[in-house]
Amino acid sequence: MKRNNIVIHLILAGFALICLLPFVLIVSTSLMHEKDIALFGYSFIPKRFTLMAYEVILKNPQQLINSYAVTIAVTLIGTAVGLWLTATIAYVMTRKDYKYRNKISFYVFFTMLFNGGLVPSYILISRWLGMKNTIFALFVPYLVNAWFVLLMKGFLQSIPHSLVESAKIDGAGEFKIFVKIILPIAKPAIATVGLFMVLQYWNDWWLSMLFIDKENLYTLQYLLIRVMRNLEFLNTEFARKYLNLAQVEIPTLSARMAMSVLAAGPMLFVFPFFQKYFVKGLTVGSVKG
Amino acid sequence: MYASRRKNSILKDFIRNFELTFLALPAIVFIFVFAYIPLYGLILPFKNYNFEQGFFGSPWAGLQNFKYLFTSDTLVRVTTNTVVMNALFILFGTLFSLLFALLIFEVGKRHVKVYQTAMFFPYFISWVVAAYVVLAFLDMENGFINRMLIHFGKDPIMWYSNPHYWPFILVIVSVWKSAGYGAVIYYTGLLGTDTEYYEAAMIDGATRLQRAWHISLPLLKPLITIMTILAVGKIFYGDFGLFYNVTLDSTQLYPATDVIDTFVYRTLKSMGDIGMSSAAGLYQAVVGFALVLLSNWVVKKANPENSLF
Repeated sequence: MKRNNIVIHLILAGFALICLLPFVLIVSTSLMHEKDIALFGYSFIPKRFTLMAYEVILKNPQQLINSYAVTIAVTLIGTAVGLWLTATIAYVMTRKDYKYRNKISFYVFFTMLFNGGLVPSYILISRWLGMKNTIFALFVPYLVNAWFVLLMKGFLQSIPHSLVESAKIDGAGEFKIFVKIILPIAKPAIATVGLFMVLQYWNDWWLSMLFIDKENLYTLQYLLIRVMRNLEFLNTEFARKYLNLAQVEIPTLSARMAMSVLAAGPMLFVFPFFQKYFVKGLTVGSVKG
Repeated sequence: MYASRRKNSILKDFIRNFELTFLALPAIVFIFVFAYIPLYGLILPFKNYNFEQGFFGSPWAGLQNFKYLFTSDTLVRVTTNTVVMNALFILFGTLFSLLFALLIFEVGKRHVKVYQTAMFFPYFISWVVAAYVVLAFLDMENGFINRMLIHFGKDPIMWYSNPHYWPFILVIVSVWKSAGYGAVIYYTGLLGTDTEYYEAAMIDGATRLQRAWHISLPLLKPLITIMTILAVGKIFYGDFGLFYNVTLDSTQLYPATDVIDTFVYRTLKSMGDIGMSSAAGLYQAVVGFALVLLSNWVVKKANPENSLF
């Protein structure tokens, strides 16, 4: 019994390490001297520590700060508006006395089964709606998503109808009932769905890749793609002037990893705190379909 | 008389339900614009679309776009890659998720938190960050693995130009990123089951392996079925982030890594070939839809409770 437990723990710990170690490799590489990278390659433990890569990025942080601002703005606006739209339509789908309940459910559900594909959406958003190279292209297309609506509906279904009825007897209108009664009760549901939306917006590069050419609208994830493809991005004015004078090798490979740490790192420490909600959402979502 | 009465009741219904409809109206309009208007994509591939004349002005092309699409070798390649890779992801993803779920279940609640947090970690990162992780290992010059190979006197491998290795790499990366949360889903499923079965098995002297095999797995069967069906329904859709970012969109890897979604994107954005791209998109949507209906039908036959609709 005991020995079995040790084996199980070893396997699980092994997988846990596999999940985490790659990040150690990235962080460690970002702390390496450029010369050491050439000599030893990307390593789990740097031979000599240096913060040079971070210095180079943070001496000229314009693009990074800009991308943070864009990403934060898009995440906040997108999640707030998206939650309102998602909650309202999910709510009317749970109201048993609402005549068009089933029609609307099908209307939402159908979008999960069939879609027009990338090209028509691309033409719609960039041409007809004129969102190309605007911040709207970065959050509007994701505002309502059938999966989130169904997830929200799953949560809202448990709210007893009697609450609505008694409020109606008191003469409250539907809008008031929704805002004053339903939303406060639905806080856990809103938190859960909201976290999924935050994760979606925070991690998105797809919309930037499709609709954004202007550097001042790059989101963090898209900035990372640019940096990965084009190391020149890191050869900032500062790096060329200051480092060439000091005859130090310009850190590009380590700076690339440092960039990913700075861009992706902070949120990676935030999300695990909300793990409970993600688990709840995933299990509800997987069972209800 | 009769008709007007019916009309009247429709109007009455509409008025009675108006407040709720109005509440959901912005979302309804949004879905209409972003999910229903794009359905003109059903017609788009039959046109010779150009940006000047727009959708309505562009001349008809008949089946020309589809002819090009179906006579190109690419279509076979991307279809095979999409389906085969997704099938492998489903198979290995499910196996590892179940394995870890059963193992976590065995060690008991006290230790769950630590493992769960670690395993969940890759779920929170984007495919872009995942691509950095893979690059750190596979970079041809400085990557960890090639340096190790050199260290042990072996030749370095040109990872990003040799498609041969990529089916394995993609499966590993996919399992790495998703097995953790898959395990959590199945583990939560196990927690919801009755402990009586296990107590009874304990009294009968069943070993842990027997318990896992004869109790846990059968109890998880409905959940496994539904997860697999959901995945099979999406088998015609490649995970764009995985196939595009993690491979660094390396052209030399296309024989193994080009999927329908990357093909559609490339023909649209790099080649600007609206006709070909929309034709491929329609092909994907139609076959994908058929597969969802088919997989749902199969579930309904086997166990109506688990079907989606």
